Amino acid sequence: MKINVWVLVLVCTAFIQAPLYAKGDPAKGKILAAQGDGSGAPCATCHGAQGEGMAAAAFPRIAGLNADYALQQMLAFQQDKRVNPVMTINVDNFNQQQLADLAAYFATLPVTPATTPTAPPEQLALGKKLALEGDWDNYLPPCSSCHGPNNQGVDGNFPGIAGQHASYIKQQLELWQQGQRKSDPVQLMEVIAKRLKPEQIDAVAAYLASQPAQADQ
Amino acid sequence: MKSVHKVFISIAMVLAACVSTAILAMQSNDVGQVKLPSIKPGQYVHQAPTLADIQNDKDLHPELRKVILKGRDLFMNTQQLRGKNVFNDMNCKSCHMGEGRMAWSGPVWPAATTLPDYRGKNGHVNSLEERIAGCFSYSMNGTPPEYGSDTMLALVAYHQYMAKGAKLYDRNIGGRGFSSLGTAMPADVSYNQGAVVYALNCAVCHGPNGEGKRVHGEVVFPPLWGDGSYNWGAGMARVFTAASFIKNNMPLGQPGRLTDKEAWDVAYFINAQERPQDPRYTGDAKETREKYLNFHKATLYGTEINGKLLGQHDNTGEKPFLKPDVLKPRTFAEGVVPEM
Repeated sequence: MKINVWVLVLVCTAFIQAPLYAKGDPAKGKILAAQGDGSGAPCATCHGAQGEGMAAAAFPRIAGLNADYALQQMLAFQQDKRVNPVMTINVDNFNQQQLADLAAYFATLPVTPATTPTAPPEQLALGKKLALEGDWDNYLPPCSSCHGPNNQGVDGNFPGIAGQHASYIKQQLELWQQGQRKSDPVQLMEVIAKRLKPEQIDAVAAYLASQPAQADQ
Repeated sequence: MKSVHKVFISIAMVLAACVSTAILAMQSNDVGQVKLPSIKPGQYVHQAPTLADIQNDKDLHPELRKVILKGRDLFMNTQQLRGKNVFNDMNCKSCHMGEGRMAWSGPVWPAATTLPDYRGKNGHVNSLEERIAGCFSYSMNGTPPEYGSDTMLALVAYHQYMAKGAKLYDRNIGGRGFSSLGTAMPADVSYNQGAVVYALNCAVCHGPNGEGKRVHGEVVFPPLWGDGSYNWGAGMARVFTAASFIKNNMPLGQPGRLTDKEAWDVAYFINAQERPQDPRYTGDAKETREKYLNFHKATLYGTEINGKLLGQHDNTGEKPFLKPDVLKPRTFAEGVVPEM
């Protein structure tokens, strides 16, 4: 059997890139967010009534998050590509359509500001350098080379990271280092995280949190 | 019709299963390590200055510092010359990654230490300005800033500062250009394998059709073929150049992730797609290939791939002309007018 190579390309690409299900319905997502999946808590319990998250506990802001990205992450919790027992329990009973609805709902919420930690100017300066220029001598391209201009995000694979809580960014970079997060395509983020020194993680997290985020709509 | 559809779906499912297995198998365990070729004994290496060095160099006159920084800004965001000198989605840094400072990523300082020099591509001695003009004419599918202009001076100043402290005219340079895999394409290079490598490693950023990605009009991931990409006369259109670039720079942050074979295959696949016309086009791709065979022997231009003659078209992309005036022959033999 001779397989048309473009079919293969199409399938591979679809796998990496696009969700294979129907578009989410924000109205349904709002109801599901309030109900929870049956075995878990309503989203607002941790992510707040406006989806603002909770910096003290490293719960991320999910308001205004790219819907494709949010959906991929919830699938990753279901599939243990992101090791997080609490999130897995909270979403394990949702089907893909329901997850798409939830993602669509949170994408419509206005972005809430990050809790800006008090960071010394030199730490913010180091963070800004890493975010916008990188540290090529240690093979660290700038965050913006994938996360887009001012790190506002590109698509479902490259989310906006500006305006996210510093505690969450730091936690996730450390999870990548520890192999607890494997949801990134082609290990693009894992490789960068593993090269970051602790002080670089603190700095880039503090800087990104200090930057305004725009909603993805 | 319905059964055809079903067949397609079942093939797709089988392939999807294969692919997800392949993705799992492909997870690299030594991720994080930078796997670059080693510098050969006797090769010259130079550490190019950083942005901080430019900012802090006390020997620089403030005006010169301004010009060097302007050159750097043009290098990093060449799209500011869009519609004037640049007619595609590329920036200098798209190919000369890491601010043009990185070994194995076309570091720019060797241009400043080895030029003027004879260049096979155009068959005469080139200045640094003329070398930069070549990038604008081919890689940027455009026309260069005028020789001696503010823009050209700024770019030259950045190149030259990158060479600060480097040895002049030493040509045995480690990590120069893009040729670590050699120039001989392997006989078993495969378009189909290249398409698979592309889908698994490249499409997530560069798009399923090589179209790249933009956000609010700003290029984030450059297009690899089509109107927004480098034209048929660009160095990157050579399969060996692209193969070495990919091997040592792609996917971003993971030099050495792909095997040599994968790099060759995907370079072949990418460079077997259509792109804007070579500015030296005579109206016949096969003829143009023959005329500039010293260059095109390494490209697929003017050859038939999958039943299509590559480069036989009048498409210059967004650029409203074919050949910039600056691409002229040069000779120091008085009275001899070479043909071009």
